[in-house]
Amino acid sequence: MTEIGLSHYLAVAAILFTIGVFGIFVNRKNVIILLMSVELLLLAVNINLVAFSSFLGDLSGQVFAMFVLTVAAAEAAVGLAILVVYFRNRGNISVEDVNLMKG
Amino acid sequence: MLQVIAFWILASVTVLSAFFVVAARNPVRSVLWLILAFFSAAGLFVLLGAEFLAMLLIVVYVGAVAVLFLFVVMMLDVDFTELKQGFLSYLPFGGAVAIVLVAELIIVGQSWVQAGVVAPDGVSTTPEGVSNVEALGMLLYDDYAYFFQAAGLVLLVAMIGAIVLTLRHKPHVKRQNIADQVGRDRKAAVTMHDVKSGEGLGE
Repeated sequence: MTEIGLSHYLAVAAILFTIGVFGIFVNRKNVIILLMSVELLLLAVNINLVAFSSFLGDLSGQVFAMFVLTVAAAEAAVGLAILVVYFRNRGNISVEDVNLMKG
Repeated sequence: MLQVIAFWILASVTVLSAFFVVAARNPVRSVLWLILAFFSAAGLFVLLGAEFLAMLLIVVYVGAVAVLFLFVVMMLDVDFTELKQGFLSYLPFGGAVAIVLVAELIIVGQSWVQAGVVAPDGVSTTPEGVSNVEALGMLLYDDYAYFFQAAGLVLLVAMIGAIVLTLRHKPHVKRQNIADQVGRDRKAAVTMHDVKSGEGLGE
């Protein structure tokens, strides 16, 4: 409790990652929350990268965290664009109804 | 001591707000919880000594991504109460998987830390007397210059993709046709009439 080490940060990232996965499991009707859960997953990965980078004294981890941030921003933009188009065509945003192409 | 207190506060706020992101009934509240989670995670980054990434997290995530989410949530006219259906039916299975997942992740992390792995040689350390931003910049523009360019390309492709996906031409909206405007010459625009006095053009 008195000293914060690498394992504390790893635990926070693990819990955050789990919450993200949990959000993907339980929010099957709402794609917006799904996208937010994916953002949480990427944030957990970033915390891991920065924690390792800080405690091992290697700056490359922070560079990789930056690239993860870039990909997360791109993913959010394209994902929300797909969501808007999907809503225009279907009138709802439920994942369970995405079976138009089912044979 | 203050660092320890700050860590516990920031970590608990991050985890709690992340939980409310997935549990909130209203997606607008979810987005607001997401902003709080990113903000506290940025605080954790400051504690770790990664000031530049903390600022980047606030600028990119809170300033751009979260606001984008907010726009989309408010733009879509969805019945949000019906969206929460099925939450309870997936809760037992999802919760069980989540508990196993977090236990596994924490066990792996703890055992890795206990094993006491030290950083190998040849890593890019922060030089003496250089701030985090400067060291990161030197590393990014030297060793990772090509990756930096590739990241810019990823953003460009994402931008074009988002525009192409959401652009639509409505059939009844008049649009400016620049080729027609520029291609119009004097013959098409001006005609000469010999108008008699007091009669007008008569058309």
